Amino acid sequence: MGHGGECAAAVADVPMLETRQISVTFGVVPVLSRLSITVHAGEVLALLGPSGSGKSTLLRVIAGLIRQDSGHVLLDGHVVDDVATHRRGVGLVFQDEQLFPHRNVAENIEFGLRMAGTPRDRRARRVGELLELVELVGFEKRRVTDLSGGEAKRVALARTLAPSPRIVLLDEPLTGLDRALHDQLAVEVARLLRIAGATAVLVTHDHDEAAVIADRVLRMGDL
Amino acid sequence: MRCSGNRLPRWLIAALAAPAVVFVALFYAWPLVALAHRAVTTEALRTVLHDRSLRHILWFTAWQAVLSTSLTIAVGLVPAWMLSRFEFAGRRWLQILVTVPFVLPTVVVGAAFLAVLPDSLDHGVTAIVLAHVFFNIAVVVRGVGGLWAQLPVDLGGAARTLGATPLQVMRHVTVPLLAPAIQASASIVFLFTFTSFGVVRILGGPTHSTLEVEIWQRATRFGDVGVAAIMSLAQLVVLGLAVAWFARIQVRHRLALGLRPVDARRAPSGRRERLAVGSIAVALSTVIGAPLLALVERSLRTIDGGHSLTAWRAVFGREATVTARPVAGSSLDPLGSLFVSMRFAVAAMLIAVVVGGCVSLAIAAMGAGTAARRVGRALDTSVMLPLGTSAVTIGFGLVIAFAAAPLDWRAAPLLIPLGHALVATPFVVRTLLPTLRAIDPRLRDAAATLGASPVRAWRDVDVRLMLRPLATGAAFAAAISLGEFGATTFLTRAGRATLPIAIEQMLNRPGAALHAEGYVLATVLAVTTFAVIGTVEATFGGTRRRMRGSRG
Repeated sequence: MGHGGECAAAVADVPMLETRQISVTFGVVPVLSRLSITVHAGEVLALLGPSGSGKSTLLRVIAGLIRQDSGHVLLDGHVVDDVATHRRGVGLVFQDEQLFPHRNVAENIEFGLRMAGTPRDRRARRVGELLELVELVGFEKRRVTDLSGGEAKRVALARTLAPSPRIVLLDEPLTGLDRALHDQLAVEVARLLRIAGATAVLVTHDHDEAAVIADRVLRMGDL
Repeated sequence: MRCSGNRLPRWLIAALAAPAVVFVALFYAWPLVALAHRAVTTEALRTVLHDRSLRHILWFTAWQAVLSTSLTIAVGLVPAWMLSRFEFAGRRWLQILVTVPFVLPTVVVGAAFLAVLPDSLDHGVTAIVLAHVFFNIAVVVRGVGGLWAQLPVDLGGAARTLGATPLQVMRHVTVPLLAPAIQASASIVFLFTFTSFGVVRILGGPTHSTLEVEIWQRATRFGDVGVAAIMSLAQLVVLGLAVAWFARIQVRHRLALGLRPVDARRAPSGRRERLAVGSIAVALSTVIGAPLLALVERSLRTIDGGHSLTAWRAVFGREATVTARPVAGSSLDPLGSLFVSMRFAVAAMLIAVVVGGCVSLAIAAMGAGTAARRVGRALDTSVMLPLGTSAVTIGFGLVIAFAAAPLDWRAAPLLIPLGHALVATPFVVRTLLPTLRAIDPRLRDAAATLGASPVRAWRDVDVRLMLRPLATGAAFAAAISLGEFGATTFLTRAGRATLPIAIEQMLNRPGAALHAEGYVLATVLAVTTFAVIGTVEATFGGTRRRMRGSRG
């Protein structure tokens, strides 16, 4: 489904995502300094690091929610520093989900498709597919404020995957769940990303989670 | 489960509620009954139904209110966004500045717009609508901004990563989530602008009349008391229904959004954000500052276009310089009106504090049983009623009720502070009740275990803790009395004009020198109001912050 995936596969040596020497400073506090990573099409990369190491900030820079002070972000070989978030085709699963509280489960999942102007019947079909994928069939009309922690995480993941973004970014997507649910969902997320053929960057502080979900693990300190 | 032995005796609660019950019955309910009973006649009813000019006035009142409300929301959302989303040097000052117009007396706002607008615009719809927007921006900034500050910034971020343009984020995420607050603010602004009186009296000129102004005109100028009474009562009913309807919408639309109070404010980043915040701050300061500065400037302007302290000397000086020493026929005494206003403010404040303080204690002391709670709620509602009633109606009712035997108090100077206290008491109650209700009952239990009787425990805990908010309530009451115009306009008598009355008279009479003195008085009234509210906000606002800090 990924609209950039085939192109990138054809030119195998162009990475799907590249950050070059990204630096971000909040006030006087340096959060990221000269950080460079490369992710190839279909690859799932985990960035491992303690909280406060700037992992989330990097994801926000890639998504265009924060502007870096210096360095460049490249998607599919093109510099996107001046491209607004909504035109980057980068999906982000937030640590605290950020589901839209005034919309039900189906309306949350189809949001990206609506923004893209997808017709109603195709939206409904895609929502059905995704609910099946995250094993929440029948949840369409539920209010997101009534979901359990695990259910909310799945809806957030489905919402991000629905418009088939070029890159999926996951910001500590499984934090706040109890251990058993966490381990179960980690396996599920790994499966979902493989099924979707997604190129993804996961940030986490959990070694095991990184090992289960990602093809490759980088430690923030080593970069 | 609380032991009934530790409760306040019933007689004490009844005694605390009594002044408010008598007060509301005698000075609110009875005047309305008198209005309906004494003034309404079938002939007046026929006139109301057939008078085409009344239909025009109703139409004008409605559309200017709709226009004012829409504009206020549109304009107010911009500072609401900036002040709730960004942290920057001077943000707190801007927040205070935005609130300034809202605490200003209506005649001062009218005077300020008369001063700032060019002659071609200073009377008419444009002036009225602009003054309404200026006056009510604070409602939007406080109401909508309060909710906006709690919306997680990342919700917008989430929408953007899903491909939403900034406009789509606004349409599909921000506005739907803010809708309850926008609606609430719009209803409040609509009620204020629909019943606008002081602003219209000063800026409407002879041709533009709202329902409120027409009621006053008919009642006091044309002696058309019956028609005015019918208009008053009809308006009261319609406003009552509107308030009830708004309240219902509010309940229906209140979504459990699970919003936690978060501090989502951050420094503006990037050139575009900094530019936006900077230019909004400048625009806001200009829009709010300019009318107030113009007020001061016009008080200093002389007939030949220069500036001097002539008007100030005329008001405060001993020598009767230009015009307005008690001149025959005009009977205006500017300095005298200042003292009149201050005396009335003190009296109104005392009444409001005693009535409001006692009834708040009574409402808070009502037990947890359903019957007691219902009585408490009824008591609460009844003291709030004057707030939902236009000041003009209150003043008109008081005149009708107390202008004939057996209660002919027309000559009694107490009627004006009573009217003011009626308008001010709801504010005292609303200031006190949150504090009283927040008092942990275990404090009283602790006192009881230490040997204090229920009355003693209540006196040492509730009454003591009430004193600080009572000071705030008192200041609000005094400020409201100082600026009250609608009710006073019916109750005022020659030689006893309050500041707002004097200001309106001076600005609506011809003569540049008289106008300058009117602006002097408006400036004095504005400064006095700020001083009263500012002093208490500075003391009590600080306490509130400290209390919040100690809770973490």
